[in-house]
Amino acid sequence: MELNSRVPSGDITTRWTRTKFDMKLVNPANKRKHSVIVVGSGLAGAAAAATMGELGYNVKCFCFQDSPRRAHSIAAQGGINAAKNYQNDGDSIYRLFYDTVKGGDFRARESNVYRLAEISVNIIDQCVAQGVPFAREYGGTLSNRSFGGAQVSRTFYARGQTGQQLLLGAYQALERQIEAGRVQMLARREMLDLVNIDGQARGIVCRNLTTGAIESYAADVVVLATGGYGNVFYLSTNAKGSNVTATWRAHKRGALFGNPCFTQIHPTCIPVSGDYQSKLTLMSESLRNDGRIWVPLKAGDKRKAADIPESERDYYLERMYPAFGNLVPRDIASRAAKKMCDEGRGVGESGFGVYLDFSESIQRLGADKIRERYGNLFEMYDRITGEDPYKLPMRIYPAVHYTMGGLWVDYQLMTTVPGLFCLGEANFSDHGANRLGASALMQGLADGYFIAPACVGNYLASTKFQPVDTSHSAFKDAEANVTGLTKRMLNASAKRTVTSFHRDLGKLMWEYCGMARNEKGLKLAIGKIDALREEFWDSVNVPGTGDELNQSLENAGRVADLIELGSLMCRDALAREESCGGHYREEHQTPEGEALRDDENYAFVSAWQWEGEKKAQSLVKEPLTFDYVKPSQRSYK
Amino acid sequence: MRITLNVWRQKNTNAAGAMKRYEVPNVSPDMSFLEMLDVLNEDLLEKKDADGPVTFEHDCREGICGSCGFMINGVAHGGHERTTVCQLHMRHFKDGDDVVLEPWRANAFPVLRDLMVDRAAFDRIIASGGYVSVSTGSAPDGNAIAIRKLDSDLAMDNAQCIGCGACVAACPNASASLFTSAKIAHLGHLPQGQPERLERAKKMVDQMNNELFGSCTNIGECEAVCPKGIRLESIAMMNRDYARASFMERPSTGEVGFG
Ligand SMILES: Cc1cc2nc3c(=O)[nH]c(=O)nc-3n(C[C@H](O)[C@H](O)[C@H](O)COP(=O)(O)OP(=O)(O)OC[C@H]3O[C@@H](n4cnc5c(N)ncnc54)[C@H](O)[C@@H]3O)c2cc1C
Ligand code: SF4
Ligand code: FES
Repeated sequence: MELNSRVPSGDITTRWTRTKFDMKLVNPANKRKHSVIVVGSGLAGAAAAATMGELGYNVKCFCFQDSPRRAHSIAAQGGINAAKNYQNDGDSIYRLFYDTVKGGDFRARESNVYRLAEISVNIIDQCVAQGVPFAREYGGTLSNRSFGGAQVSRTFYARGQTGQQLLLGAYQALERQIEAGRVQMLARREMLDLVNIDGQARGIVCRNLTTGAIESYAADVVVLATGGYGNVFYLSTNAKGSNVTATWRAHKRGALFGNPCFTQIHPTCIPVSGDYQSKLTLMSESLRNDGRIWVPLKAGDKRKAADIPESERDYYLERMYPAFGNLVPRDIASRAAKKMCDEGRGVGESGFGVYLDFSESIQRLGADKIRERYGNLFEMYDRITGEDPYKLPMRIYPAVHYTMGGLWVDYQLMTTVPGLFCLGEANFSDHGANRLGASALMQGLADGYFIAPACVGNYLASTKFQPVDTSHSAFKDAEANVTGLTKRMLNASAKRTVTSFHRDLGKLMWEYCGMARNEKGLKLAIGKIDALREEFWDSVNVPGTGDELNQSLENAGRVADLIELGSLMCRDALAREESCGGHYREEHQTPEGEALRDDENYAFVSAWQWEGEKKAQSLVKEPLTFDYVKPSQRSYK
Repeated sequence: MRITLNVWRQKNTNAAGAMKRYEVPNVSPDMSFLEMLDVLNEDLLEKKDADGPVTFEHDCREGICGSCGFMINGVAHGGHERTTVCQLHMRHFKDGDDVVLEPWRANAFPVLRDLMVDRAAFDRIIASGGYVSVSTGSAPDGNAIAIRKLDSDLAMDNAQCIGCGACVAACPNASASLFTSAKIAHLGHLPQGQPERLERAKKMVDQMNNELFGSCTNIGECEAVCPKGIRLESIAMMNRDYARASFMERPSTGEVGFG
């Protein structure tokens, strides 16, 4: 298979404008006749559904929660980037583009990233107009802060709840279209299959999570905006419901899966406290602006933080990366923390933690200033750990946070299945091998408000559609597939709970496909995960029936897909014989232990093609070229 | 420590429900309340309990998505200041505690199963007018309108509502006033919200009254349990806007050509 990325050529600054100009437009009178399915109501999905509703398309939007307002985007804390240069500190679209390509360790498409930076400025305008209460200065203008790895202040924020406020803005726009009758919202529905007819995506099959009914929906276009798959590690900062099912089932119906092994481990999360742990909580990276990270100089030093004198503390990020200090990119900060703990210098009972210390900034700025900046985060930390960070340093440890991989899409966000689009965290694009802080919200909204509505319109205007409805045999086949899977899970021998499988998968992934990976470990993990899959289908314990509200059943389907994905992630990590961004192969490092890229052989996107049940996927490569930002070894020293 | 739970079990909206008693031994003080329920559920699954695991709604487990929520000993979210159930930790309980768990009780929130209820009425209230009518692409520059920091902060205070429904559950009248007023106050404090301000209050309050919520008699239980600190002042603002909107009694210009 050949991948056609539909990347425009010529001057990068006009590529998107020219692409839009070349697009076919749908006649306003015909828009209503086109039906669009949007699966997902996070930033990407809600923004896309609302905007396409406004444009006049006949939209159906789906989510598995009870309301679109609860999508996982709600949990984003820190902020959203935009190249507004309101602070006059030298920012520009080109600089945001440059930082994102470099931050992604040269594994993203330049054209996509430039477009993202270009659109970033419109996003802020749109959100302000909707009434998103971004932080402001006394003079009434918008505030900015600098955020993980950036040397300019381009991050817009709403206290520590930026994702919540952006999502509520998109949700309100969506509700407005629902009221106007242009969008039909189908909440508590889980998409379980994609339906292709004559080579085009023409609908989906869902389970109604309240009644258990299997429901089919037909349309001219299907848009997936179903979020990331960090929960393949069981413990992550993602919401408990986040999963890969929608994109995985689309993968099985022909959509290639891009860069599955590119995952981001966030350096500042609250450490694990026990076996019962169900998820990990992020402490926003903005804390690194005022907190200093350290561990004891000597291994095995079990004294209390307060009893360790300055001379026996190692502020290791400041030591190793003097130019960026505590603000180095996430992948680098995470690996450094792991290194300290592996050396036996970790803190806390488990030894898997490092200190994030505010005592100096509290002294310098006063506790009130720190409270104003981070009050809600400090409260949250206290609530979870029972420790007061105004008095004791926080303990933090890296945790899985974001997945750069996802369905492969071309420049117009279309997957390898015609008529199937993919937006937001669910697609693979834009962040390469490492995402910069505050760039996921930007990407989700760029995709949803601005890019997808244009590209979907172009597809609709340039494609011929046969009328189809849900009585078509392809829908019946997909329904039978879904019902069959449900039956198998309900009828298995019920020896082990879904959660116990999920925990085991998570441990394997964290151990062998986490912050550091090597050939031996990955091969071992693949064998174990494939065995886990067999065992799952044999002996999973799912109580009740398929015809009722059944959370165990919902979860079982998700874990089944995560297990298969886990195996593919390890295969992808094994095939990529280099280190880049969040993908760190121990065999490929510089003498100082930094990631060693291999641009000659690995400057490509790995896109995996489904070859059938129990067969290994095959690898298709999309070569990457860099005309503007010359690949260089990232250096934050 | 050992905790005894009395949990409301109800198979679906139409089935009769009943309280059931369960023991959870070995509860760690560092567990969250929902992690304690996870442990119970694993145990019920292993024992093949006839009622199956306890159904409760949850997602982010960080106190922000608004999915979780039920009554703990008669108090919505368990009664710790600014804390949702998912953020409540077992260190606030003692060995041997007997704890009663019930779903939100309100006619407008039918029980779906066990501790899970249907809060779709909240979405319908927002749909009736809880937004600024601005379509994608038509926005001026973000700094075109300066907004007083105080107004922006007041808007944010109200915008923090997570739509959990605790206010309704705590209210003896099952009123949705705190929730509805939070959105009216969020947008009402911002210049962007002014053009539709009165109309919005009118539409949202009318929608609230059309759902099965009770009316507000200023008891204040809602404010006491709200995990996001939404204040009764917002209800006062809503009532003022609603009164002004009704007083003006003119056909709302927004309705002409809307939709
Ligand atoms: C704790 C945390 C903090 C973060 N902070 C930041 C930050 O400060 N800045 C930043 O830029 N990024 C941040 N991120 C990342 C960012 O929040 C996410 O990448 C982004 O919000 C994803 O948005 P989305 O629209 O792609 O997906 P989501 O918001 O995850 O939405 C997915 C949607 O798909 C639906 N769905 C999924 N599967 C199905 C299915 N099978 N059937 C039907 N519906 C389905 C869900 O119901 C949901 O509506 C953070 C992430 C986390 C975890
Ligand atoms: S007002 Fe408070 S209690 Fe009511 S829904 Fe909003 S956050 Fe929950
Ligand atoms: S689970 Fe999200 S607020 Fe409790």
